Amino acid sequence: MNKLQISDHLILLAGVFFMVTPVALTFLTSTHDAITVYKEGVQFLPGGKFLENYEKVLFEAGGFTKEVDGFVMLKNSMILGFGFAIGKIIISMLAAYAIVYFRFPMATLCFWVIFATLLLPLEVRILPSYEIVQSLGMVNTYSGLIVPLIASATGTFFFRQFFMSVPDELLEAARIDGAGPWKFFKDILVPLSKTMIAAIFIIMFVFGWNQYLWPTLITTDESLFTLVRGIKQILQVWVGAQIPDFNEAMALAILAIIPPVLVVVIFQSWFVKGLVESDK
Amino acid sequence: MKKVQFQSPWLPYMLLMPQLAIVTIFFLWPAAEAVQSSFYLEDPFGFGSTFVGLDNFSDTLTSTDYGRVARFTGVFTFFVTFLSLGIALLLAVKADKVLRGASSYKTLLMWVYAVAPPVAGLIGVLLFDQHVGPIVDFFALFGWRMQIGVDYFDTSFAMIVTAVWKQIPVNFIFFLSGLQGISKSVQEAASIDCRSGMRRFWTVTFPLLAPTGFFLLIINITYAFFDTFGIIDVIVKNEPGNNPVTLVYKVYLDGFRGNDLGGSSAQSVLLMAMVFVLTVIQFRLIERRVHYT
Repeated sequence: MNKLQISDHLILLAGVFFMVTPVALTFLTSTHDAITVYKEGVQFLPGGKFLENYEKVLFEAGGFTKEVDGFVMLKNSMILGFGFAIGKIIISMLAAYAIVYFRFPMATLCFWVIFATLLLPLEVRILPSYEIVQSLGMVNTYSGLIVPLIASATGTFFFRQFFMSVPDELLEAARIDGAGPWKFFKDILVPLSKTMIAAIFIIMFVFGWNQYLWPTLITTDESLFTLVRGIKQILQVWVGAQIPDFNEAMALAILAIIPPVLVVVIFQSWFVKGLVESDK
Repeated sequence: MKKVQFQSPWLPYMLLMPQLAIVTIFFLWPAAEAVQSSFYLEDPFGFGSTFVGLDNFSDTLTSTDYGRVARFTGVFTFFVTFLSLGIALLLAVKADKVLRGASSYKTLLMWVYAVAPPVAGLIGVLLFDQHVGPIVDFFALFGWRMQIGVDYFDTSFAMIVTAVWKQIPVNFIFFLSGLQGISKSVQEAASIDCRSGMRRFWTVTFPLLAPTGFFLLIINITYAFFDTFGIIDVIVKNEPGNNPVTLVYKVYLDGFRGNDLGGSSAQSVLLMAMVFVLTVIQFRLIERRVHYT
């Protein structure tokens, strides 16, 4: 290796250090007891309380009403992640199929109505959205948590782009063979889209898992809290406590990080493919 | 659109139905409500509302508080965008160059993408905490006594560092795939013509990366505006007080804490206009990219 290559590696290692250290310190701190952390600050070495802290966070009910433990939050995060990803893929695939493969009156209008949603992130219409969900009686329900999040058109846009790139000959051949619209969709288009579906599933799962603002507003019932939503509760408990339970807060943060990170790392190539393709 | 298409009187509508229903109920309706209530002054106790025309907008735009928040949002967006793009580009260029360990670097640099913004905020709070945070101890060596949550500048600093940390992986992934998309023949031709690596980067690689860069610029601005909500909410620990917040956070504060429906709606409408401009730019860019590829 010459000097130039060494400097390349040094820069990359510095980048890795910057990205990895915060989470590593969080993990190490979560393996100590609260008093050690309070007295000595963030820990740079593993402590002996790993099992104890994580067991407590997972199975001992916390919060104000003492009804929810980490395990319930983990389950809720899973429901939100999977529900959001699956719901979004189904709805947007169907819509994109209609837009790309059918000739019908008002197609352009439908297209623009759906795509207008790209202009309005949830955050800017947060108050009226909350009021509407409330008036529909969907506060503190899984459907209230998931369905309004599915509405944005990112998925539809992605599948539309992908369907457009599917060669026309396939449809022609299918029609000569006498396949109807449903058969074409089920037997040709869906199998063809498999890797794309997988890629978008991974991205949407991570996106759903990481939702914060909407769950914060829509779930006041602690038994519906997700892990990411639970962060806010941790802080409130922490501020009031005599000796703040930094260690437990960090353990919960680690729990909230692990599943989406695993998904991204394991399905790396699909994830990158989906991300780069879908945002074009 | 496709040249060959199906024709069915009702099937396309059935297929579009779920999406259109959700869009209408959870997008169009709330958006219309936001626009409508931005023209009204709502009674805080719920006894009706009065039409006030553009008063909410002029109140919002002339208030010193809004000006301060808007300025902070500008500064915040600038630093987050500039730093995360710059660092990610540097790392992507280096990762593209090294042969040994390239895929390990890639994995190590991108996984932070999956960390939720509020969790990033919580980690930021831990590392910047006056009492236990190592970063505070580190800067204390140079005589800088950081007080997150008390000092306006220090809190902004912590927010920007956390937001940049969270955003680097996305930019890195896009830059790296952009770089790997540049054909080997172009690179070889460039290396014959020009021996200086630095100059080669600025005259050949950088212009070829420009479309990716421009697209990322929009993505990053949107990120700094909207997705940093969780980071900010966790770092200010629910006590905005004198702390720096962004425009989006103010919409939330005024609407849910201050119960100022009209004002909050007016701010929403102003933000929608900004997002609209950004999206139009993005769409034009997409058209261009499609033509080129």
